[in-house]
Amino acid sequence: MDLLGINPILLIASLMVSATPILLAATGELVVEKSGVLNLGVEGMMIVGAVVGFITAVTVESPALGFATAAIAGALLSLIFAILVLYFKSNQVATGLGLTLVGLGISALLGKPYEGIKSPSLESLDIPLLSDLPVVGRMLFSHDAMVYISILVVLLVWYTLKHTRLGLILRAVGENHDAAHALGYKVIHIRMFAIMFGGACAGLGGAYISLARVPQWTEGMTAGAGWIALAIVVFASWKPWRALVGAYLFGGITVLQLNLQAAGVAIPVEYLSMSPFLITIAVLVIISAKGNHGAPASLGRLFHASN
Amino acid sequence: MKLKSILATTVAAVALSSAAMAADVKVGFVFVGPVGDGGWTYEHNQGRLAVEKHFGDRVETIFQESVPEGADAERVMSQMALQGADLIFTTSFGYMDPTINVAKKFPKVKFEHATGYKRADNVSTYSARFYEGRAVQGHIAGKMTKTNKVGYIGSFPIPEVIRGINSAYIHAKKANPDVEFNVVWAYTWFDPAKEADAANALIEQGADVILQHTDSTAPQAAAQKAGNVITFGQASDMGEYAPFPRVSSIIDNWAPYYIARTQAVLDGTWVSTDTWDGIGPGMVGIGEITSAVPADVKAEAEALRDAIASGEYHPFTGPLNKQDGSAWLAEGETADDGTLAGMSFYVEGLKGTIPQ
Repeated sequence: MDLLGINPILLIASLMVSATPILLAATGELVVEKSGVLNLGVEGMMIVGAVVGFITAVTVESPALGFATAAIAGALLSLIFAILVLYFKSNQVATGLGLTLVGLGISALLGKPYEGIKSPSLESLDIPLLSDLPVVGRMLFSHDAMVYISILVVLLVWYTLKHTRLGLILRAVGENHDAAHALGYKVIHIRMFAIMFGGACAGLGGAYISLARVPQWTEGMTAGAGWIALAIVVFASWKPWRALVGAYLFGGITVLQLNLQAAGVAIPVEYLSMSPFLITIAVLVIISAKGNHGAPASLGRLFHASN
Repeated sequence: MKLKSILATTVAAVALSSAAMAADVKVGFVFVGPVGDGGWTYEHNQGRLAVEKHFGDRVETIFQESVPEGADAERVMSQMALQGADLIFTTSFGYMDPTINVAKKFPKVKFEHATGYKRADNVSTYSARFYEGRAVQGHIAGKMTKTNKVGYIGSFPIPEVIRGINSAYIHAKKANPDVEFNVVWAYTWFDPAKEADAANALIEQGADVILQHTDSTAPQAAAQKAGNVITFGQASDMGEYAPFPRVSSIIDNWAPYYIARTQAVLDGTWVSTDTWDGIGPGMVGIGEITSAVPADVKAEAEALRDAIASGEYHPFTGPLNKQDGSAWLAEGETADDGTLAGMSFYVEGLKGTIPQ
């Protein structure tokens, strides 16, 4: 059942792996932006997660602990951003860009002794019964735990934002922080929580690159994945399930074009590579034509209780 | 008062020490990836460190890593020239036009562009004949493959990379007439995740040998995960993946060249040149062929290496046809450097087209 010389089962399986880092990072950033903060430091938090996760996994020989510390490291780094932006009212764009630079620098420094070391491999779960199913077993149910956790995170974020009081408060803060403040919600605390959640997700995404997808530590190894995650949030018009679609689309196109080339199909690579960006532009045009761009109204605006 | 005097002393000390440290020549390096990529940029940085070690205080080096090819590169080069660099090495093919543009603005600064072909009075070019190393890799690949499928991760479709593919293919084909090459263009020099994906795509297509022309060790890790795939170190030894999957490597050795060119600037004898050295002069090294390679194949590969080094054998020796079947080199004829430098065609037998 090969299509154009590509086995679709293997293609979808590798697509899910390739999309997981950007899916995690994008979902985290989506929560941050829903709370009204724009954190452009995703790339920096991802790479710090990648290096810290790798160091821990190698040192204690446990990928699970690696992911846990990566999430903590991402959250701690984002805490710096949160304090600067929320308490010292620094410019969010500039601070976020700074965070990326800091992350790249710190990770290069920390990772220096760990270059060329192999990480303990993340076992695939091979879910009983399900993974024995023909076709879908190999395609969907033979991944490592993080692939499923990333989808669970999307589910959790969607449910929280849409169906819980906490989600409602978070969205209120992002839409109109003055009104939320007037209602007695602690805008700063809520945003701090959202930013740290975003940092933890980015850290997990980064660690997935260094522990599962590649798996090794190389300086600068996220190579722009954080920026794609930011694009996906816009593509998704701040809706979690669309972020899942977006991540699988971006990740899928990368894998698809490499597979098409490997299979010797004569499709110009450039068209495939640019297609996710063209679709993003098309989606934005459609959204703005409908008059509702979906961005939180307070996104990127500074909050001070005196206003 | 006390604080003031401490400050004054500090300032004086700093001024003194920087005066003492003022070097005769400042050398700048522009890198396309991080110095810790384990491949291309790593080796260029080793060359930079060798310059520092060789000249000590007489030479100061500065570098900028992960500089995108394009307008950003011009900004970085101009910045270095303004900082007082006397000699600037720009170490990626995509810096070719930026180097020429910036060199026009700073006629007194010397520029050295790696792997390009555009020169000026103050711009030299230098490169290594990596295709010589590719011939050795091709031979081992042809002998070692069981599926007869060799995967090749290309970066950009530029002459440098196409030469490598042709050279590897010609020698793989000689060793094993049934061999097929699958080329994937990654359109990046450095993106570990994408390089790993490319390697996986090739492995899923049945390749059991992966050759890479990208800079990170990610394809090595992917091959190791797959278990039965061999690889070759690219630009650097990548010895941490030896003896398996990495069975040999091409090692770039820039240090002697960088030291010689810096010396020329110190002596005031620098002139624009075009340097293209291979295995013979030592600019290209062949990393240890590991125990994973059968002894007879290893001996053949080493004989090939030595024949190329001594100049007795040229990797592009006729009879060779181009991919479309038209004649290129007659029996015994060898390719001239001009054709090689601008190579934009596949040799006969390679499948697929080169993206434009």
